[in-house]
Amino acid sequence: MTITGAEALVQGLVSEGVSIVFGYPGGAILPVYDALRNSKIKHVLVRQEQGGVHAASGYARVGGKTGVCMATSGPGATNLVTGLANAYMDSTPLVAITGQVARSMVGTDAFQEVDITGITHPITKHSYLVQKADDIPRIIKEAFHIASTGRPGPVLIDVPRDVAEEICKGKVPDKVNLPGYKPTMQGHSAQVKTAAQMMIAAKRPVLAAGGGVILANAAEELVQLAEMIQAPVMTTLMGLGSIPTVHDLYLGMPGMHGHPSANKAIMECDLLVTVGMRFDDRLTGAVGKFAPHAKIIHIDIDPAEIGKNVRVNIPIVGHVKLVLQSIIERLEPVQHQEWFDKIRQWKTEDPPLYLADEEQLTTPMVLQRLNQLTSGDMIVTTDVGQHQMFAAQLIRLKHPKSFITSGGLGTMGYGFPAAIGVQMAKPEARVVCVTGDGSFQMSMSELATAREQGLPIIILLFNNHCLGLVRQLQHFYCDRRQMAVDITGSPDFVKLAEAYGIKGYRISHPREIDQVLQQALAQDELTIVECEIRHEEYVNPNVLAGKGLDEMVLGKGGNS
Amino acid sequence: MRHVLSVMVENQAGVLTRVAGMFSRRGYNIESLTVGTTENPKISRMTIVVEGDAHVIEQVAKQLHKLIEVIKVSDITKEEYIDRELVLIKVHAELSQRGEIMQIVDIFRARIVDLGAKSLVVEATGDQGKISAIEASLKPFGIKEMVRCGKVAMVRGVKSKVE
Ligand SMILES: Cc1ncc(C[n+]2csc(CCOP(=O)(O)OP(=O)(O)O)c2C)c(N)n1
Repeated sequence: MTITGAEALVQGLVSEGVSIVFGYPGGAILPVYDALRNSKIKHVLVRQEQGGVHAASGYARVGGKTGVCMATSGPGATNLVTGLANAYMDSTPLVAITGQVARSMVGTDAFQEVDITGITHPITKHSYLVQKADDIPRIIKEAFHIASTGRPGPVLIDVPRDVAEEICKGKVPDKVNLPGYKPTMQGHSAQVKTAAQMMIAAKRPVLAAGGGVILANAAEELVQLAEMIQAPVMTTLMGLGSIPTVHDLYLGMPGMHGHPSANKAIMECDLLVTVGMRFDDRLTGAVGKFAPHAKIIHIDIDPAEIGKNVRVNIPIVGHVKLVLQSIIERLEPVQHQEWFDKIRQWKTEDPPLYLADEEQLTTPMVLQRLNQLTSGDMIVTTDVGQHQMFAAQLIRLKHPKSFITSGGLGTMGYGFPAAIGVQMAKPEARVVCVTGDGSFQMSMSELATAREQGLPIIILLFNNHCLGLVRQLQHFYCDRRQMAVDITGSPDFVKLAEAYGIKGYRISHPREIDQVLQQALAQDELTIVECEIRHEEYVNPNVLAGKGLDEMVLGKGGNS
Repeated sequence: MRHVLSVMVENQAGVLTRVAGMFSRRGYNIESLTVGTTENPKISRMTIVVEGDAHVIEQVAKQLHKLIEVIKVSDITKEEYIDRELVLIKVHAELSQRGEIMQIVDIFRARIVDLGAKSLVVEATGDQGKISAIEASLKPFGIKEMVRCGKVAMVRGVKSKVE
C-alpha cells in the first residue's frame, strides 16, 4: 500500500500519541488537512493561528504531552511566530507543522511564500524544511523527541505542498539518531556530593524553584528536600505551584514584583539552591547586587543556562528530578531553626501589600475570594500585566501545573487561548483565565473556538480601562506622564458574552463579588466575569531598574 | 583573547545559518569562520575564530552545543595545533619588477598561479603571520585585488577525533 507524505505525517502524529491538533488551514497545507480528515486525531479550528499555538502550549503545559499546532504557509506561518517565541522562552514542548509552497516555487517569492524556518531559527529548539516525502517518518519522530526531551521547546516542521503529495517510502526508524543531541540526565556525582554537604553546612539556606521543576515533574522531590533541610522555598513566576502556597516553608515569589520576604531571603541567605530556573532579569534585579552573601548551587538540564546571567559556585547539569533524588539520598535531615524562625518573623512583619477597602473593588479582593470559593482547586491561566502579577502573588495553588502564564516573553493575548488548551487537556478541571481589558482584546476572537468546543472556562476580566502595567511604568519612569495607555472603545463585555451566546456578569462593588463568583462557579459554562476596577491600582512591591532586591518600593493598598 | 574553536557539525543544509545566526543573535563577534567536509561525508568541520574572555567563550561553546546538528565543540586555543590560511593576491607587476616579485614569492615559498600583461596572481598558504608578511612585502608594488580565507586548524597527533 502506498501512502503520501501527508498521510505519513498524520500516521506519525498518531504513533506519537497525538490526539488533538490546534490549527487553521490554507492552500499549502491542504494535503495535510485532507489526510487529517481520515484520522482519529481531533482538529480544533482556532480563529487565528496565534490562538492555536498558545492553545497547544496550554495543552502541553498541563497535559504533559507535546502540543501540536498547524498552519498554512506565509501568513499562517508568520502568525505562529509569537507563540513559538513564547514557547521557546518558557521551554514548552510543541511541534508546529506549517505548509510551504511547492519545492519548485521555493525562493521565488511565490504567493504566500515565507521562509518560516529562517524566521523562526532563533525561537525554535530545532526546525526542519522537509526536502522529500521519504524523510517525513524520521523527521516526525525526531521532532517529538527533540521537543519533549532535555530542555523542552518548540520544533517546527515546514512541509512543501508537493512533498506532502508525493509518495512516501520512508519508514519510521527504530531509534532516533542525532549524534549531536544527548541531554545529560544524571548530575555529576562529585558535584551532587558537594551540594549535599553544602546544604548540611549552610546556616541560612534557601531553595528557589523555577519552571524546570514543574517540567521535570520534580515538585515532590523539591518539597522533600526543603523539609529535610528546613529551607524556605521561593518560586519564580514559572515555578509557581511547585510547592503548595500554604506550605509552612513557602516564601513567595522573588523579584521585581516579588514578595518582600522572598527578596529579603535572597539578600541574606548564605546558600541559594536554584533549581530549574534561569536567573531572569525580572527576578534578579541588578545582577551585581544579587544574593551578596550566598554561595549558589544551580541545577538545570540546560548547560548553557549555567553561568549565563549569574556566576554560580556549584553547577549541576542534569534532569532536575534525578538530580534532586540523588541529592536527597546523600542528605541527613538538618535543622536550621534560627533561620527558619527569622523567616517566619519576616513573614509576619511584612506590611500587607494590599489593604481591604470596603467600598472600592480591587483585584486582590476578587482573587482572594476566588481562592476561598474554589479552595484553590483550579487551574489559572493569565495574560500579561498587573492582573498577572496580582495573580502570581495572591492565587493560592495546591499543585504544580496549575498556574499557566507567559513568563519569559510576557505575551499579551496568551491567557485565553492557553486556557482553551488547558481545558481540553483537563476536561474535568476548573479553569479560570485571569486577564485584563488590554490582553483579552488581543485574542478574544477565540471565544468562538471555546464556545464551539463547549469549554467551561471562566474568564475573569479585570477592567481598569487602561494598559495598567504600562501606566504604572509611566508613573515611575516618566514622571507620571501618561501616553497611549487609556483603552477606550472597548465593547461592553457582558454584551459581548451575550453576542456569543455565553454567560456574562459584571462586578462593580465588593458586595457583588460573592454572588457572581458563586454563580459563575456553580455553572459549568463558558463565562465572562468582568470586574470594574479603578484606573489607579498599582502592583507592589516594585523593584525599579538598576536596583537591588532590597531596594523595593513598597507602598500599600494598591493605591500609591 | 582570541580563541580558535573546532566545531564538528552534521553536514546538512541550514547548519551554517544556524551557527552564524547564533553568533549575531547573542552579540558574539566572529573573526573568521571556515567550513568544509571531513573524511566522513556526513560531518563537516567549522573552524571559528572568536574574540572574548573565558566567560564569553564558555557561553559561545555552550550555545553552539545547544544546536541540534552540532556534534562537538573543542576550544583548541591551548592545544598544539596547526593552522593555515590561504591568500590569493593579484599584484601589479611591470616587466621590470617581475624578478623582484618572484624573489619575494620564493622567500615565502608561495607560488605564482597566473600571469597577466601587467599583473601576477600569487597564492600563499601559511599561518596568519606569514600571510600578513607576504601581503606587506607585495604592497609596495600595488595590490590590485586580494582574497584571503579564514583560518583552518587541526590539533597535532591523534587527538580531536569525534568519538
Ligand atoms: C503583545 C504585547 N504587547 C505589548 C506588551 C507590553 N505590555 C505589558 S503589560 C501591558 C498592559 C496590559 O494591559 P491589560 O491586559 O489591560 O492588563 P493590566 O496591566 O491593566 O492588568 C502591555 C501593553 C506585551 N506584554 N505584549
